[in-house]
Amino acid sequence: MSSEGFDVQYVARLAHLELGKDEASRFSGQLGDILKYMEKLRQLDVDGVEPTMHGHGRTNAFREDVPVQSVDQDLFLSNAPERTGDEYRLPKIVEDA
Amino acid sequence: MKYIATIGLETHVQLKTRTKMFCSCLLRTGDEPNTNVCPVCMGYPGALPVMNRQAVKFTVMAGMALGCDIPRRSAFDRKNYFYPDMAKDYQISQNGAPLCIGGGVEIALPDGSPKFVRINHIHLEEDAAKINHYARHSGIDFNRGGTPLMEIVGEPDLSSADETIAYLEALKELLVYVGVSDCNLEEGNMRSDVNISVRPEGQSALGTKVEIKNMNTFKGIHAAIEYEVARQIDLLNHGGAVVQETRRWDGELGETQSMRGKENAHDYRYFPEPDLVPVELDEETIAEWRAEVPELPRARRARMMSEYGLPEYDAGVIAADKACADFFEKAARAAAPVPGKTVSNWFMTEVLRLVGEGGGDISSCALAPEALAELLRLLDAGTINGPTAKELLPELFEKGGMPKAIVDARGLGQVSDASALQSLVDAAVAANPKSVADFKAGKKAAAGFFVGQVMKASKGKADPKLVGRLVAETLSKL
Amino acid sequence: MEFKDWTVASAAEAMRKGEISSVELVRALVAEKNARDGDIQAYLTFDEDGAIAAASEADSRRAAGDTSPLLGIPVAVKDLINVRGQPCTCASKILEGYVSPYDATVIARLKAAGAVCAGRVNMDEFAMGSSTENSAFKTTRNPHDLSRVPGGSSGGSAAAVAGGEAVCALGTDTGGSIRQPASFCGIVGFKPTYGRVSRYGVTAFASSLDQVGPMTKTVEDSALLAQALFGADPHDGTTALNPVPDFASALRGASLKGLRIGLPREYFVPGTAPEVTEIVKAAIGKCADAGAEIVDVSLPHTEYAMAVYYIVAPAEASANLARFDGVRYGHRSAKSDDVMSLYCRSRAEGFGQEVKRRIILGTYVLSSGYYDAYYGRAQRVRTLIRRDFDSAFGKVDFLLTPVAPTPAFKVGELQDPLSMYLNDLFTIPASLAGLPAISVPAGATAAGLPVGVQFIAPSFADAPLLACARAFEDTLA
Repeated sequence: MSSEGFDVQYVARLAHLELGKDEASRFSGQLGDILKYMEKLRQLDVDGVEPTMHGHGRTNAFREDVPVQSVDQDLFLSNAPERTGDEYRLPKIVEDA
Repeated sequence: MKYIATIGLETHVQLKTRTKMFCSCLLRTGDEPNTNVCPVCMGYPGALPVMNRQAVKFTVMAGMALGCDIPRRSAFDRKNYFYPDMAKDYQISQNGAPLCIGGGVEIALPDGSPKFVRINHIHLEEDAAKINHYARHSGIDFNRGGTPLMEIVGEPDLSSADETIAYLEALKELLVYVGVSDCNLEEGNMRSDVNISVRPEGQSALGTKVEIKNMNTFKGIHAAIEYEVARQIDLLNHGGAVVQETRRWDGELGETQSMRGKENAHDYRYFPEPDLVPVELDEETIAEWRAEVPELPRARRARMMSEYGLPEYDAGVIAADKACADFFEKAARAAAPVPGKTVSNWFMTEVLRLVGEGGGDISSCALAPEALAELLRLLDAGTINGPTAKELLPELFEKGGMPKAIVDARGLGQVSDASALQSLVDAAVAANPKSVADFKAGKKAAAGFFVGQVMKASKGKADPKLVGRLVAETLSKL
Repeated sequence: MEFKDWTVASAAEAMRKGEISSVELVRALVAEKNARDGDIQAYLTFDEDGAIAAASEADSRRAAGDTSPLLGIPVAVKDLINVRGQPCTCASKILEGYVSPYDATVIARLKAAGAVCAGRVNMDEFAMGSSTENSAFKTTRNPHDLSRVPGGSSGGSAAAVAGGEAVCALGTDTGGSIRQPASFCGIVGFKPTYGRVSRYGVTAFASSLDQVGPMTKTVEDSALLAQALFGADPHDGTTALNPVPDFASALRGASLKGLRIGLPREYFVPGTAPEVTEIVKAAIGKCADAGAEIVDVSLPHTEYAMAVYYIVAPAEASANLARFDGVRYGHRSAKSDDVMSLYCRSRAEGFGQEVKRRIILGTYVLSSGYYDAYYGRAQRVRTLIRRDFDSAFGKVDFLLTPVAPTPAFKVGELQDPLSMYLNDLFTIPASLAGLPAISVPAGATAAGLPVGVQFIAPSFADAPLLACARAFEDTLA
């Protein structure tokens, strides 16, 4: 574990965040410090230790397959930054994934 | 040089639940855009997913039908990627602990020999929303977003387009049979990513693989594989190298195209979904769900051959469709002692013809299996004759009802009274001296004429066998 | 009585007796807010018409015989909790213009109990911060010294209550965001056991850590709110199925006598401001005087908690905040001509510095090749931290610790992210272990800055924890 090779612009692209040059170099320094601080975790032997997710051990939080009428769609569509009719509008997507 | 193709599929199957994977929104095609939505499937701040029990059950049942191991513990993960059809910009999927592991499906090779295609695992996730493309913009409809999607990850055990289609058809037959998906290809219920590589014969290391994404139709998949295998072989033959990449199939041009230039560095940053607790299946639940997995076509085919004495062909046709097989078995059991073969003859020639003409399916017609059984029992007992039975069937198919009641009400019962029929024979002989002369002159076919006359006189109700005998006797005495 | 002196319990009692109506209480709140909030800057929005309507409905319910303890009580809501028809900005520009289509479960429960949820209070953007300076809209001030921060991230909640502009408030706590501002502002802040309170409708920061909790003037008020907030929720599978305790009976006759209170030695180390240490020591003395047995304990993995937290929380946040993309709601950059730039620019324009920093950090620790070293390891160390608590609670009933190493600091004083993060040193471990913890006022510095102490209890010992805190409160009276 090392902060070496921490390419802030690569990570920003993964996170879909546009970073200015100043911002990028500031973050690079700050996050470098933080990652260095985190290296202390290397001191610990965690072999065979189970990870913790939630404090409690609940399982199988299911719901039954019964439809519930959605609340008025207008409340959702009125939040759209841009819409066309009843669809959320986007710039034209050229290629389908 | 000869090349061997290696093909592996990741097949996404939409499950036939009423509601979405993680919220209670109705799943229904054809609704106005963005009407079946809620904070959860719209990725609203604060919304949380809750697992649809039926979707988990369907996936496990599919796994059982495919011979998978069902681990006692399973969990969901977040797969992070930005795309506007994924409302949260991550997909809830399963990475580390899927619901089903292993298993596979048997297909028949062209020479008839069987081949087992292994499955690596099956996991459950949520489907993306629909993006519509217009001249100047794109629009998103989230109605479909969040449909439960089962991903069947196959091993690269396939070596041709034909094998691939056989595998997909086998999967489809099975999943429809188990009742977990409609597998309607046009609706996109079943979509595959196909991984293809080629290597020279004799080389053990696999070649560089190319992935063709998101294909629906079997025809398209077949064509895409044929094209892609040929393209790769051609490349290698000309000293080129296959580039590991994702390609798309252009059905109109009939070629695969590179998707280079698209966001290529995929780093999904999987981590355990903290909004969901693990799935833990106890023995009791597993046993309960296993009991709901129906007998599968292959086993059923074999059983129907031995239980009803059907030829392999009949059993194969009937067992391939669960509704047909269920109908047939009900009818055959109720029809005893009428032989199963008789039932399958009537079912396959008459009933399935009517189904085909009606354009519907066996489960939506008015004909009850018990009615077919009763009809065949009446026929077998000689209460009605064949033509009457054939005449009654379309009516039962359209309107329903039980044949015996109709036969009684309309007096359609077969006339098997020899003395009554003898008088009709005598009348026919008396009325047609020319035909008698023909018979005497050696035209044996004239006998058929008399049978026809008697049947006509009896309004079709006479027992044709008995009439034939009486006619023959009467003519021979002349 | 002046508005600033009302507690949930006293206001409810006065309303029951007919001394004041809910509508009058709400009008008094609005007047007080208008008078004070220019200085304190706690509120982001207040739906006055909605508040009056809800209050008058509460008055009708009371007239019809309803005696719910929260009937007609106004509750200030941290601006990341959805209330139908209200904004929910999370103090971020990226959610400007967003109107919520739904009630969070905690809001639905409060409304059902007759509470009035109309005021929305400031916070650090997406709950990331310890000073409320990271709000995109305003800097909330500490009512005890306007040059100082109220703490954070639930700084608006704490300042509104402490400043006499709210009777009580909801906060959220991920690594100390209820407890630290409560300590800075001199009020009670209670973070329940993880899973006690539904997170449905509460904008997620770090899903495995976030809990909603009450921020109130008294422990009794926290108990009254907790009674309404607690319980499993079909919309949140991470809520626990444990039965909801009866807080009123738990608090009746609460006493410190015979309780074993542990002092984790890792929490009493140099680096804590001397005045804070003094006040905490005095609090320990009061507990001992009241009959508690004081026991030294050790939580050996404490020193790793901050590193774990700043891996786990940003990792989860990086995914939780992906949805703010300018597609379905919120800010969309005007300067985008394709989907990729729409994402990258909308997010660049919408998020503040601290949020961006944590998204980058969280994205990095989950990225290919680093997962095992960071996130995977952190979740394992989290287990070690939980085990520390398990073994300490084998010896003691509760732990007593400082809440934060310092009293409220000056606005603008902490510039370096790492030194800001150190504020949460004493609150993070209980969060990582999912334990209930509470900050209770314990005194003030010479300059008059409040300082609280933290009590931590075993999982699901929420009611005994409040009883202990209630008894401690008595020792100060």
